[in-house]
Amino acid sequence: MAKRIEVSGLNVYYGDFKAVEDVSMTIEPRSVTAFIGPSGCGKSTYLRTLNRMHEVIPGARVEGKVVLDDQDLYAPGIDPVAVRRVVGMVFQRPNPFPTMSIFDNVASGLKLNGVKDKKKLTEVVEQSLKGANLWNEVKDRLDKPGAGLSGGQQQRLCIARAIAVEPEVILMDEPCSALDPISTLAIEDLIEKLKDKFTVVIVTHNMQQAARVSDQTAFFNLAATGKPGRLIEMGPTKQIFSNPGEKATEDYITGRFG
Amino acid sequence: MSTLAANKPAYDGQTLDLTGKSGLRAFKDTLATVLIVLAFVVALIPLLWILWTVVSKGYHLLLSADWWNQSQRGVTVRREGGGAYHAIMGTLIMSLITAVIAVPIAVLGAVYLVEYGKGTKAARVVSFMIDILTGVPSIVAALFIYAVWITMFGFNRVGFAVSLSLVLLMLPVVLRSTEEMLKLVPDELREASYALGVPKWKTILKVVVPTAFGGIITGVMLGLARVMGETAPLLILVGYSKNINLNPFDGFMGALPTMINQDRTELALQPAADRVWAAALTLILLVLSLNLLARLIARFSTIKSK
Repeated sequence: MAKRIEVSGLNVYYGDFKAVEDVSMTIEPRSVTAFIGPSGCGKSTYLRTLNRMHEVIPGARVEGKVVLDDQDLYAPGIDPVAVRRVVGMVFQRPNPFPTMSIFDNVASGLKLNGVKDKKKLTEVVEQSLKGANLWNEVKDRLDKPGAGLSGGQQQRLCIARAIAVEPEVILMDEPCSALDPISTLAIEDLIEKLKDKFTVVIVTHNMQQAARVSDQTAFFNLAATGKPGRLIEMGPTKQIFSNPGEKATEDYITGRFG
Repeated sequence: MSTLAANKPAYDGQTLDLTGKSGLRAFKDTLATVLIVLAFVVALIPLLWILWTVVSKGYHLLLSADWWNQSQRGVTVRREGGGAYHAIMGTLIMSLITAVIAVPIAVLGAVYLVEYGKGTKAARVVSFMIDILTGVPSIVAALFIYAVWITMFGFNRVGFAVSLSLVLLMLPVVLRSTEEMLKLVPDELREASYALGVPKWKTILKVVVPTAFGGIITGVMLGLARVMGETAPLLILVGYSKNINLNPFDGFMGALPTMINQDRTELALQPAADRVWAAALTLILLVLSLNLLARLIARFSTIKSK
């Protein structure tokens, strides 16, 4: 598992509005890549193009190439549903399915794709919950609703749900922004563990978080409001935070921005 | 010195007074409270009045078993006896057929409007047509079906024709309420499902509709409650029969609204008046029990919390 993603010349649009311009980067397998940058710079938008979630918004489209394992995700004939099975996603706000129990939430990806084998499901649910550091907290109440958990537990439930379908890549869109510091720490520990098996890409507003969890950091910025966001620079996290190549990056990470 | 500073009350040397409301504000508060409670009571009066009248005048016939398993066959206006079985069954059969036809169309229509057609011209046209349909009076719907079913195709006046016209009345109610419920399902749930590699149709079927299920059922029940009380289609499209007829494709059929209408002109006669009130109460109870049933279904379909 875990695959390299190579992006080249990517432009992202909402209707006529160009939100992200000319992004090229390589995301290494079995590593954590963090996207940082000010609000509105298009990092979340860009993240959503990596599993073709961008296009569920009416009028949204993409130009350029996203190559995963020698296959261009935007080539004709590629099924976005198949792409999303390989590239999973965790969202900003925890969003467990309210009508489903904890067990069914984790099993939902498999169940909805036709897996009926009860033994396999039980196994996957346990493995995924353990993988998301949630097993010990919920193992006695798997039949209770997922919405009854705390915010941090719900987010780990969503991560368990994402890893249950065994993707190659996991995208995380500010997964800790709605959580308290203790839950955040739990998620960060989890991300550290996930990179053994998966390629992890995380968008974060929290600079310390990017510094703590990521191997590579990409800094996005936009020239002015209404202009498209661009990738300013990307490199090993240590280098970006200690010795950035661009003035804008240095200003942003030291808080002297704008 | 700025005007702002000049207008600021001088608290220096004084203790702050934080007790009580000022006289005017307390008065406004009381006035608003009284008005709201009054409006509530005024709205409640007709409801309680109707319920009290119908229950007090109609309850005693409902206590006999005959009411629930006999028809009005051979019972004349002046005579007591007989029951409402024929009318209850007629109302249930016709409403059930209506629901079976209207609910799938309404739910699928709402799914189209919310999930697929959003912002398209086709969706706007459908939405506009539904608005028009909402405003169609029941007698117009009945006459339309009369023109199609009887004048054009040459069929007889039967229960099924009533159901067809009731479909026209139930469809917009259920479609609109289902649409509102589907809109309430957060997009995050749809995206969570897509992100698991679940196709759109399956997301709608297994995530969106189950999340909105309770609300959809409530809408269906509202629609049913509306069509159960409709009288014009019954008068125009099927004759009232005092006999038990369970076949919606053949012959006249009794129904609770037409049973009420039947003896309406003879209210001076006690047996007839009793039957009218009892039939009215039965209709209310029928709608009420369907509502309760809907709530139970909605409750047990979602998993129990805590």
